[in-house]
Amino acid sequence: MNKITIYLATSLLAVSIFSACKQERKLPFYGERHAETVKDAAGVEKIDTVYQTIPAWSFLNQDSVITTNKATDGKVYVADFFFTSCTTICPTMHRNLMTVYNDFKANPDVMFVSHTIDFKYDKPHVLKKYAQKLGVDGPKWLFLYGTKDSVYTLAEKNYLVAVGEDNTAKDGYIHQGYLVLIDKDRRIRGAYDGAKADQVAQLKKDIPVLLAEYKK
Amino acid sequence: MRKYIINALFFISLVGIIVSCQNQETIDLQNYMSNGKDIYKTKCQNCHGENGEGLGQLAPPLTDSVFLKANKSRLACFIKNGVNESLVVNGKEYMEKMPAFPELADIDVAQVMVYITNSFGNKQGFVPYSQVSTDLENCK
Repeated sequence: MNKITIYLATSLLAVSIFSACKQERKLPFYGERHAETVKDAAGVEKIDTVYQTIPAWSFLNQDSVITTNKATDGKVYVADFFFTSCTTICPTMHRNLMTVYNDFKANPDVMFVSHTIDFKYDKPHVLKKYAQKLGVDGPKWLFLYGTKDSVYTLAEKNYLVAVGEDNTAKDGYIHQGYLVLIDKDRRIRGAYDGAKADQVAQLKKDIPVLLAEYKK
Repeated sequence: MRKYIINALFFISLVGIIVSCQNQETIDLQNYMSNGKDIYKTKCQNCHGENGEGLGQLAPPLTDSVFLKANKSRLACFIKNGVNESLVVNGKEYMEKMPAFPELADIDVAQVMVYITNSFGNKQGFVPYSQVSTDLENCK
């Protein structure tokens, strides 16, 4: 009798511990952070964490129209760095990103932004042709052209993706194939290797989690 | 009764010998297929996809058996020297440039070509390395 009571008690305890642990999944914040003293609505001072954000930007899109961060403000978006004549990881990245794009096509809160790092060749009309041939049309997926400085700085300092020119590389450029997930407040919430199917699958699961944060 | 058993054993061993004795071409084909798959993964798969499905209108699929058959003697040239002309595959036109792969030796070209023409629903059989070398000499 005594034994049974102990068993029961232990299992009850275990169940309560496990159920207490269960909470909504939240995505992490990437990049630098610092604490800042802010005043809330009631004027009470408190310390809050300030996370790294993507700064304002302005580039030409695939339709040669000046496009700024206003296009993505208030949206969750996936950013990546590529170039159209790339024969290594980019085709795989974009093949995988296409499946994410198709999944979230109907969701107005999700966008896609691809920056070219080939500032010599990938002018907007080249990007346009590339987008069309990939099977993308419309403003939901932006293909952006900018100067070397602006794009490379944005990549390395803000999106934390390494890019560079390399004459020894087959296609002349090297870069990491990360798909970077940005939230509605321009903070980095995820980075997924676009060449790996399992990480892209994770991205597909994480986008709804991120969107849910804003539904309260 | 004994006779039957002896006869049966004789026939079973005969069949066994024939089955285990694959001809040289089958062995070569298997060899090419497994090496070709490795080359395909590192050199071709990025654009043409894991299952040869291609990528939009940027890279053609490798599933058009009619195209592969019609261009049989040019496939080796495509693989090694790239493509700089528009090609019609599965009824669609593809105009993007395909890069060259000069680092591939003739045997590599032969292996990856045999892999492609015998995968993704294609079944065009074995092509020996010597034939590929001849094809490569006659590239335009």
